[in-house]
Amino acid sequence: MLSVLRTDMPIENPDPTADQDYLKALMMEVAASRDKASFEILFDRFGPRIKGMMEKSGASSDLAEDLVQDVMLTVWRKAALYRPEKGAVSTWIYTVARNARIDRLRRLPAQPYIDVETVMVASEDESPEAEAIGSQHGDMVRSALEKLPLEQRQVVELAFVEYKPHSEIARDLDLPIGTVKSRLRLAYRKLREELEDLG
Amino acid sequence: MTVHHHLDDASIMRYASGDFDEAFAIVVASHLAMCEECRAAVRTAEAMGGAVLEAVEAMPLAKDAFDRLSRMLDVEPEVPPMRHELDAGNVPLPLSRLIGGDLAQVPWRTIVPGMQRHRIDIASTTSSLYMLKIAPGRKMPEHGHGGTEMTLILEGSYSDIFGQFAAGDIADLDEHVEHQPVVDSDIDCICLVATEHPTRFKGMISRILQPLIGI
Repeated sequence: MLSVLRTDMPIENPDPTADQDYLKALMMEVAASRDKASFEILFDRFGPRIKGMMEKSGASSDLAEDLVQDVMLTVWRKAALYRPEKGAVSTWIYTVARNARIDRLRRLPAQPYIDVETVMVASEDESPEAEAIGSQHGDMVRSALEKLPLEQRQVVELAFVEYKPHSEIARDLDLPIGTVKSRLRLAYRKLREELEDLG
Repeated sequence: MTVHHHLDDASIMRYASGDFDEAFAIVVASHLAMCEECRAAVRTAEAMGGAVLEAVEAMPLAKDAFDRLSRMLDVEPEVPPMRHELDAGNVPLPLSRLIGGDLAQVPWRTIVPGMQRHRIDIASTTSSLYMLKIAPGRKMPEHGHGGTEMTLILEGSYSDIFGQFAAGDIADLDEHVEHQPVVDSDIDCICLVATEHPTRFKGMISRILQPLIGI
């Protein structure tokens, strides 16, 4: 069925909802049938973005390439742990990339993070509200993100893309650390409200 | 488990972006293993990470990148990915790894009568991680914080100006807070604590005690 999908669909579907469903279908194909062709599409889509994120986090081009290899190999191996009803493919790949970044760029163990993921997978007792928020399409999150005031978006980008510690964000922006924290809090609450409205 | 005290939203964001050092990551992860509400919150914050990943500028990969990776795809991982139970015995998974099982096996050391501690060795240089076991009715010395402090209750309960904290609750406090927890359960209160800098106790006796008890 998916081979039909693949020939019919461009790598990035212009309809965001269909695109998210397409990515989920690819992931399911990788998980269920170990399908390398589906995996290659995911690789082409996310590999260069993971590299971009790693370079923005301070990795050299070589290290960023290595990290792409690490992250995508983990995506391949752990594909069965991805739960489409809990969130977008991009969110899941982001968490894998984040863990690799903790491990390689900060040289800290990512094990506590990995433990939580397996806990999330094991427990089936999530509330329906939580699932509704968790399964929001990536593009809805992106548009919620775009609606944030500039000063909040800036700290989100510095923390999530550039991987700056909060103390460093405060120093770079010449702000008290309390202000950085409150901007992150506001950004989070705003996103949550937007998603609850949509859901 | 009904949890009444949750992570601060700023901590949810820090966790989602991977900014916590090991000591704090372990306390947060242990709380998440016990708290459905905060797990959902983390998932929302991580969706933000997914959105920024989709929006980040793509950098071209080396020509042989996929070929290089595809050679690895048929190699079976040493440890197959697996799902774990929510907790092992009475301890959340991220902690049980570090103490080799459950609370009964923790090698406690008495600090002062009614207060025992077990320091957990981690690589972190900026924070420390330890467990405390405090007898019913005992007060913790009144203290302000030199930095961020997080306390996760594993068993028993204590009360302070913020209310009662029981198993699963987390006290996610910043540097400006002063409090004096009193154990109000009829069993020992066992908690997992991460501190950014040595906690500053107020009062002469406490100040003398601090180098001795090291918290």
